[in-house]
Amino acid sequence: MAELLRQAWAVARKDLLLEFRTRTAIVSAVVFTALVLTVFNFGRDPTAVSALDLAPTILWVTFTFAAMLALNRAFQLELENQALEGLLVSPLSRTSLYWGKLLANLAFVAVVESVGLPLFVLFFNVPVGRVLLPLVAVIALATLGFVAVGTLFSALVIRTRFAELLLVVLLLPFLVPPLIGAVQVTARLFGDRPLSEAVGYLKLLAAYDIVFVSLASFLFRFTVDE
Amino acid sequence: MLLAEGLHHAFGRVVALDGVSFSLAPGQTLAIFGPNGAGKTTLLKVLAGLINPQAGSARVDGGRRAIGWIGHQSHLYGHLTVRENLLFWGSLYGLSAARRAARAAEVLARLDMSDRAGEPVWSLSRGLLQRAAIAKALLHDPAVLLLDEPFTGLDLAAAGQLRVLLGELHDGGRMMVLATHNVDEGAELATDVAFQRRGRFVHFAPRGTRSAAEIAAAYRRAMADG
Repeated sequence: MAELLRQAWAVARKDLLLEFRTRTAIVSAVVFTALVLTVFNFGRDPTAVSALDLAPTILWVTFTFAAMLALNRAFQLELENQALEGLLVSPLSRTSLYWGKLLANLAFVAVVESVGLPLFVLFFNVPVGRVLLPLVAVIALATLGFVAVGTLFSALVIRTRFAELLLVVLLLPFLVPPLIGAVQVTARLFGDRPLSEAVGYLKLLAAYDIVFVSLASFLFRFTVDE
Repeated sequence: MLLAEGLHHAFGRVVALDGVSFSLAPGQTLAIFGPNGAGKTTLLKVLAGLINPQAGSARVDGGRRAIGWIGHQSHLYGHLTVRENLLFWGSLYGLSAARRAARAAEVLARLDMSDRAGEPVWSLSRGLLQRAAIAKALLHDPAVLLLDEPFTGLDLAAAGQLRVLLGELHDGGRMMVLATHNVDEGAELATDVAFQRRGRFVHFAPRGTRSAAEIAAAYRRAMADG
């Protein structure tokens, strides 16, 4: 297990170092997040539906699409000079490769979300101060689930034509359960409802994470081996 | 020891390997010559564990840790420096931090690249990139080297340097399997010679005292017969 984690960390560290050097994907994702929030802000009729009613949906739609950008780039990095082939020839276990990519993607999405959340508060004037900790916990719980699935699909489509389009088409149906859970819990938090009302959705998010992290860790080898 | 027994693999109706068997002992270099599409790369990928053959088996003593791969793609990350690349790949092969730093310095000095260690890979010429790829392949001191068209894209001087280096590695007792479509490039290095066509070894014999020109003539005859 120590070897698995050590190798996973080596992969994640390398991916983050590459991202730090180029910054293209992270800057694109942050700008994209700001643009989506701006469009939602100016594209809605504030007299028809209150910001508070729309806010959970807008938050999660924004985070989901921003995360897609991160997931698209996860294995694009490995196409340069066919580095993926080198990884597969090396003694790196497929599970370590998956966990390393998952870790790097989580860090990437966390950065985008940590920029997106203050912008969201700014645009929609949602009082998140008193629910910040539970909100961050829900964001972490939902993000883990969809990044786990997205990392698997990102590897699956990388050798195909139109990989970016295919990833979205494959991934979105799998994101429906965590999105429903995340939106419902977030709506209750913003509406000052007791968290006990959202226990079912929290269980759904936790179960989704456990099932899909386990399943993706197991299935990953079948997506990268020829 | 490297052992391949009854390897068979097809991509749809295209047969890439058809009953290929051979073994290599330390100090032996097998040069596999064949036209494009003969199945040479598939054979190397099977030996490296990248492809599971549909029939037969391949075994390398020491497993993946014993294999070094040199192809026409470098497997290096453009936005990392040469040294950073080597340290990353060394970590995947289980070298300790001190050991991989020492080995990186050692192989770079051997390849006359110490002064390029801090340069990003994207800035290297094709010849230097190939030398950096060789440094990566040698970092963990592999017992077996798999070489897939390693001379592709090199100018005459760089190809000559690579031949000298491969000769030194051969003298060091490594097993090497070299696949190329250019007989002139690999014949000098070989202890054993195979001609591959449509997935089959149509000729497999020790090189003996045959000159490169004699091997080239035999290759032309073997290809014309088919």
